[in-house]
Amino acid sequence: MANTMQFDLVSPERSLASLSATAVQIPGADGDMTAMPDHAPTITTLRPGLLKVEAPEGSSEYLVTGGFAQINGDSLSVLAEKAIPVAEVTRAHLDELIEDARASHEAAKGGDDQTIVDDAAKLLADMEALGTHMSL
Amino acid sequence: MPNLKDLKNRIESVKSTRKITKAMQMVAAAKLRRAQESAEASRPYTARFNAVMAGLAASVGGSDSAPKLLRGTGSDDVHLLVVMTAERGLCGGFNSNIAKLARAKAYELKAKGKTVKILTVGKKGRDAIKRDYGDLFVGHVDLSEVKRLGYSNAQDIAKDVLSRFDAGEFDVATIFYSKFVNVVSQIPTAQQIIPASFEDIEGDDSGAVFDYEPSEEAILADLLPKGVATAIFSGLLENGASEQGARMSAMDNATRNAGEMIDKLTIQFNRSRQAVITNELIEIISGAEAL
Repeated sequence: MANTMQFDLVSPERSLASLSATAVQIPGADGDMTAMPDHAPTITTLRPGLLKVEAPEGSSEYLVTGGFAQINGDSLSVLAEKAIPVAEVTRAHLDELIEDARASHEAAKGGDDQTIVDDAAKLLADMEALGTHMSL
Repeated sequence: MPNLKDLKNRIESVKSTRKITKAMQMVAAAKLRRAQESAEASRPYTARFNAVMAGLAASVGGSDSAPKLLRGTGSDDVHLLVVMTAERGLCGGFNSNIAKLARAKAYELKAKGKTVKILTVGKKGRDAIKRDYGDLFVGHVDLSEVKRLGYSNAQDIAKDVLSRFDAGEFDVATIFYSKFVNVVSQIPTAQQIIPASFEDIEGDDSGAVFDYEPSEEAILADLLPKGVATAIFSGLLENGASEQGARMSAMDNATRNAGEMIDKLTIQFNRSRQAVITNELIEIISGAEAL
């Protein structure tokens, strides 16, 4: 059994990472999941959050929004509309995300579907927690 | 016959024109490299995105529950043409070729009795189409303030297009841009983005059966709007590279023509100067002989 898999992280504007990884934690739409080599083939959409990559050379983190991840047993591609290495994330990026989350929360409040409202509220809380996590 | 001073002025003016076109050519060459790099950088994303979409569309596409963006609205009476051109001229046939293709398409659709709406991106295309189909314009996106094209520009355009689609303003959307082949060749292209078609794209051939989270339909519904933005973004990038390529070769031609013109004018100038000298000598000699 291989203990690494090919990991690619691409955004429309550039390719951010292409390396061998041992495990990748993905912020999936239905919840975080960690993909390791020989994971069952899966396609999942992303919610805004942190993508954590464990590689033999060390681990790295990216802030990703929108897009999807495609897991094939021996490779993993993450296509994110926006992806920024955590070291480059600034308060402004986060504020933008919080603003988006807040806007969708406000929009959802108007509707009567409680699950959407709850989801939006959770996303908003997540985004705010993210700031604390990254100590920005 | 123009006198010597006129010729001299003419030569000077052509020389400064040549300097300008030469400078523009070099600027275009530098910009072309950058535009090509960004087009190159976006390719992996577009290719993978389309491969996944093709797979999804193939498995969900046939059903009635497929999203409207894939299935279409059920009619094709109203067409939206998104014409993407440059903000600046002096780039050979670049803008007019795209405009010509869009005009031909508009003409063809109108002949079939369809309603046509036009959304322009970039000032030059708008100017070129205004005379024939100015009454069909529904909007315009100005990118003249944009220094470096980003995905967010494409997202804004996509948002505009999608909100019109959701409002039922059109059934079919087509984008017009110029595909970059190389510096001397750019192909004006029309690409239908709504309803999305992935027929000519190779699906994922790994043969793996994927688990989908949340569900295939949900993923497809989530990704289709992003697909519109992706298509527009890659169109914009191709356009950016094509524009600079077209400008580079147009300015190269202009520089060469100016050079030829200078050579011709210089010969003419020298001949007339020689003629003046000869004339003066004849006058002096015949004057001396008369004494």
